[in-house]
Amino acid sequence: MSVSYRKDMFWLAGLFIVLMLTPTILPNNYYLTIMILGCLHAMIAVGLCLLVGHAGQISLGHAGFYGLAAYTSAYLSTTWGLPVELSMLAGVVLTVVVSILVGMPSLKLKGHYLAMATLGFGIILSILFTETVDITGGPSGFVGIPRLSLAGFELHRDVDIFRVVAILLCLLVWLCFNVLHSRMGRALRALHTSDQAAQAMGIDVARHKLFVFVLSAGFAGLAGVLYAHYLTFIAPASFGFMFSVELMVMVVLGGMVSVPGAIIGAFFITILPELLRAFEDIEIILFGLILVVCMIFLPDGLAGGSARLWAWVKTKLALGCSRG
Amino acid sequence: MSFLTVIDFSSLLQYLITGLTLGSIYGMTALGFTIILNSTGVINFAQGEFVMLGGMMSVYFMTALGLTEPVAVVLAVLGTTVIGALVERLAIRPVRQSPAINLVIITIGVSILIRGLVMFFWGKDTHVLQSFSGDTPIMFLGAAIMPQALWVLGVSAFLLVGFKFFFSKTLHGKAMLACSFDVKAASLVGIGVERMVLLSFMISAFVGAVGGVILAPITMTSYDVGVLLGLKGFAACILGGLGNPFGAAAGGIVLGILESLGAGFISSAYKDALAFVILLILLFAKPSGLFGQKDSKRV
Repeated sequence: MSVSYRKDMFWLAGLFIVLMLTPTILPNNYYLTIMILGCLHAMIAVGLCLLVGHAGQISLGHAGFYGLAAYTSAYLSTTWGLPVELSMLAGVVLTVVVSILVGMPSLKLKGHYLAMATLGFGIILSILFTETVDITGGPSGFVGIPRLSLAGFELHRDVDIFRVVAILLCLLVWLCFNVLHSRMGRALRALHTSDQAAQAMGIDVARHKLFVFVLSAGFAGLAGVLYAHYLTFIAPASFGFMFSVELMVMVVLGGMVSVPGAIIGAFFITILPELLRAFEDIEIILFGLILVVCMIFLPDGLAGGSARLWAWVKTKLALGCSRG
Repeated sequence: MSFLTVIDFSSLLQYLITGLTLGSIYGMTALGFTIILNSTGVINFAQGEFVMLGGMMSVYFMTALGLTEPVAVVLAVLGTTVIGALVERLAIRPVRQSPAINLVIITIGVSILIRGLVMFFWGKDTHVLQSFSGDTPIMFLGAAIMPQALWVLGVSAFLLVGFKFFFSKTLHGKAMLACSFDVKAASLVGIGVERMVLLSFMISAFVGAVGGVILAPITMTSYDVGVLLGLKGFAACILGGLGNPFGAAAGGIVLGILESLGAGFISSAYKDALAFVILLILLFAKPSGLFGQKDSKRV
């Protein structure tokens, strides 16, 4: 077991402990809701971190996968009356199948063209969510979705849902770390540097790209079904182009290649608008400004920035100690 | 309406003209994207905001400052050009060495910022700008053409010819073209790459604003029209093959016509979806755009 793998596992343990302690610190359910959404966003962000940061394949369509899973599960459980667990499973499976169908032709494209293909796919899906009123309820949303339940027990309290979501997030992060430290992870990084070089080393480029694309879509699907059965209400506005962009921002803000960074980025982008809510009218101005300033002054993301801050504090402390 | 609608010539012509008008605006937005992309390698997500600023500033100058329309329009275009320069100076130049994805995120931040500022100062209302020369339609072979549509077509054609001249005949144009081939080589032959980047942002903002101004009387304008226009512009770029300004303009026109025919003959609710479906099919069939060259890379 390598040193870096052990470091990652320590980080994961830390994340788990912090998440488990969180409900005890939070004063009320409003904060818990934000934390649950943060966890869901973090799930998608870690998947995207693998896809974008490590394999170097951009996607601006993940909000579509998120929505597809949410609507599928909502439709099956509400309109057809299937058990929640089963419809959630169906939602994730459908998302995975669709991502394979979309990924196969799209991943042959590169760079901006790939961005456009995934973007177009996301927009087509969001138009479908809005226009197929009979199935999705249209722009006013899908109401009356049953709440999340596990093995027949409905989770009434938000705290319980938070624990489930947090544990699932930790599991996904564990999965990510294991992928990254495997032969697969090294192959993905090779792809990022150069398709041709990777191919020359005997890596099946198309299959690896598809694997990580489908994996990240699956993560988005899982987050989507949880979202639908937590809020019990979904509307197309949550799954639009801007959300895909926000997801990318989370990953880049986290430093692109860092899984912990992606999680921090996800929570940052989820919590920031809530903090800014007090400023009402200038909320969106501040959001844009903070985004620009972060990217200018923290080119390697929040994770890199905090690492540098930590190093700076340590040298200062060391200086202080040696003087004292 | 369905596929079975009898396609008569005059309504086909009508849709074609509408599509051509809309497509010209997409093409102009796409031109703006391409110019910045060529000098920086970055897709500027604030491009749609430049278009929005053109329309909104004209409205502001007319209603709040009481200027006449021609003056307001010229000021709006100049104002947006200055904003384009400011964006480059304040947000892009300090981090020129960062990876492209960081710059893209910065342009996303800038677009949110611009949208927020416009919303804060000028409100969320939808505004109408008066047509430049009246609203009496001109009848042509059974199709009604609004005079504003002629303005759109005329101005776009004029700009295209202007750019053709700029890129092939002037020193600055040739220098920008050189930057788009290879930034390092361009700087080696003495081209001030930084100045070219600044220039490219100003030109993009200028083209965007012109598009916004001539479009505003047709579709109305509000603080958030930039998002969708930006997306369409980007799609037009891809359709035409990235990096080729005239391909981008042509891509815009193709996209506009597709959309208008789709709305007319199939369904107006799904017109955007239809345009994107066709775009995806084209992309899968021809991965480097309609007019793009297949680039071969040395390994």
